[in-house]
Amino acid sequence: MSWTSLQHDLAAHGYIASDDLAMALHLALALERPLLLEGAAGVGKTQVAKTLAEVKDARLIRLQCYEGLDATHAIYEWNYQRQLLAIRTAAEGGETGEAVEACIFSDRFLMRRPLLEAISQDSAPVLLIDEIDRADEEFEAYLLEILSDFTISIPEMGTVHATARPHVILTSNGTRDLSDALRRRCIYSYVEYPDRAAELAILAARHPALEPRLAAQIVGFVQALRREDLEKTPGVAETLDFAAALSGLGVNDLADDPVALQAALVTLLKTQADRAAIPTELAQRLAGKAA
Amino acid sequence: MMQVTRFPARATGPAERIAGFMAHLRMNGLAVGVGETAAALRALGVIDPTDAAQARSALKAVCASRAEDFARFDALFAAYWFNRDRQRERQERAQNEAREASRHAPGLSGERAALQSGTPERPDDDPDGAAAHQGEGRLVAARTRNIAGTDLREFVTPEDVAAAEAAAERLARAIRDRRSRRRRAAKRGAQLDLRRVARASIATGGEPLRLFRKARPERPAKLVAILDTSGSMTVYARVFLAFLKGLTAADTTTDAYLFHTRLVRITDALRDRDAMRAINRLSLLAQGFGGGTRIGSNLAAFNRGYARRLVGGRSVVMILSDGYDTDPPEVLGSELARLKRRGCRIVWLNPLKGWKDYAPVARGMAAALPHLDLFAAANTLDSLAALEPELARL
Repeated sequence: MSWTSLQHDLAAHGYIASDDLAMALHLALALERPLLLEGAAGVGKTQVAKTLAEVKDARLIRLQCYEGLDATHAIYEWNYQRQLLAIRTAAEGGETGEAVEACIFSDRFLMRRPLLEAISQDSAPVLLIDEIDRADEEFEAYLLEILSDFTISIPEMGTVHATARPHVILTSNGTRDLSDALRRRCIYSYVEYPDRAAELAILAARHPALEPRLAAQIVGFVQALRREDLEKTPGVAETLDFAAALSGLGVNDLADDPVALQAALVTLLKTQADRAAIPTELAQRLAGKAA
Repeated sequence: MMQVTRFPARATGPAERIAGFMAHLRMNGLAVGVGETAAALRALGVIDPTDAAQARSALKAVCASRAEDFARFDALFAAYWFNRDRQRERQERAQNEAREASRHAPGLSGERAALQSGTPERPDDDPDGAAAHQGEGRLVAARTRNIAGTDLREFVTPEDVAAAEAAAERLARAIRDRRSRRRRAAKRGAQLDLRRVARASIATGGEPLRLFRKARPERPAKLVAILDTSGSMTVYARVFLAFLKGLTAADTTTDAYLFHTRLVRITDALRDRDAMRAINRLSLLAQGFGGGTRIGSNLAAFNRGYARRLVGGRSVVMILSDGYDTDPPEVLGSELARLKRRGCRIVWLNPLKGWKDYAPVARGMAAALPHLDLFAAANTLDSLAALEPELARL
């Protein structure tokens, strides 16, 4: 499969990828390396993984990272309570020693968390490790080990080797700098806000019912808004919400319905300061220009 | 400025050319090694390498590993494979060299003298005072970006470093290290909370079915230090840099920046374990060191960039500056207010405040005062050390 056909497949599933992104994804698949995506919030980093799973018809396994994420939540954990109960029943049944031990450290009592789940699939899944920058550095180091050889060793059971190598996609919002080691192991792409044409294509793919003229207005408006000095720049997800809100309100032309426009702005501006920064007149003017 | 590798005309196979390209990238500061070269060759194998746009995208995905590299890559690619920019580059270099020669021959000693005597109003790269002829006199000086790479080795004497670092580490502890030795019940934690487990086990007939854990409570504050290294602050710069090094050494989450005409993040450079390399990196970053002051717009850059991700309710932002600003004071006031809205606490350390009869009359300083949680002197190491109880109270 070439990178252009991958780009087409993604587009067929409603994801418009830039050339750079499609190429990076293609290489990540071809070279079997993880793909690291960075970029502002709301440019569609997570959506890449979801769409890739649809394209490949593979299972999507998602690991959402957060501060303090540890091995028991990312890799595996023993079901301690069930083990205890099993020991109790075994003791009443007269079983002892090694038989019990073999029983309680078996697959039945193992709770698989995303990473272990991902490497024990029969067909290659898409493993999405979301917001890796939120996890601690220790976890990042551990992740490196898994990403390089796709094996996990469980002391009580032995080493689990990947049956099918998962397609790994990592995303980062830059809350902290990632280690060079992790960066170097990955194929990298920086996802920008889409340009006018790309955003129009996204809108057309996601809201096919939308009138082309209104779609052009919406995109023009949002693109103008991104150039304003805002605390939270609206992303693609916000554009889609905005379009949905406008069509829900029955707006046909941005410029001649200031009330509806102001109401729909709640989908784009997410802080008090940003709302104050874009008063009705300014919104009108931007809409007028976009028209 | 981009360094351009001579195109290897004699290179024959693609492998050799790619190796040359990798060397070109490395020379321009990208972290690529043998592994990347191999990956690049494999990558070219799975695409159509005769299409330049494809090859560029592919090599970019493999070789760039951070946002800055990603943005620069296209230019680097064009420079190597198409010899683009070489012509312009060469001209520029010739011009630069001529300029450098005329500037540095008399300038080097003059520059140093200016730094040491602490006369910040004179542009350091303008020994004959040409800027004064432009009609704006002394202010022009402060707006000129000093591009000479001032060598920080001269600013850092071992005793000062040691003393400042020690004071800084104490301070950092006062602010940060309120980590308790006691452990509190927590959902996840390294230790079992035996007392709770035992008590809960009574309900299940003595079997400890539910496990409770305890962990050390989270540490409250994260420190962000912003150092003004403009002309008027150069006399303090060496000690403050050591101070910042102490702060970053005391904790892994401390963040440090310096600004003059623009804002630079220096956390990584300060944390470099190799002291000589750290100094080299700092000298590179500090280009403009001793230039003009633009506190307001630098804070604005900080607010729009780093602060969004790194400053929150648990942060203490420490600004080390004398408050002399060439931006309008309203900018500083509104940017501080904006920073404050992130929920952080702001500490301003002003070396001038230690002077007798000092009043914050500099207009920037006056505009900043209402937004500060603590405004303190910082002209001697003693005054820095005296901050400890104040900061612990914040």
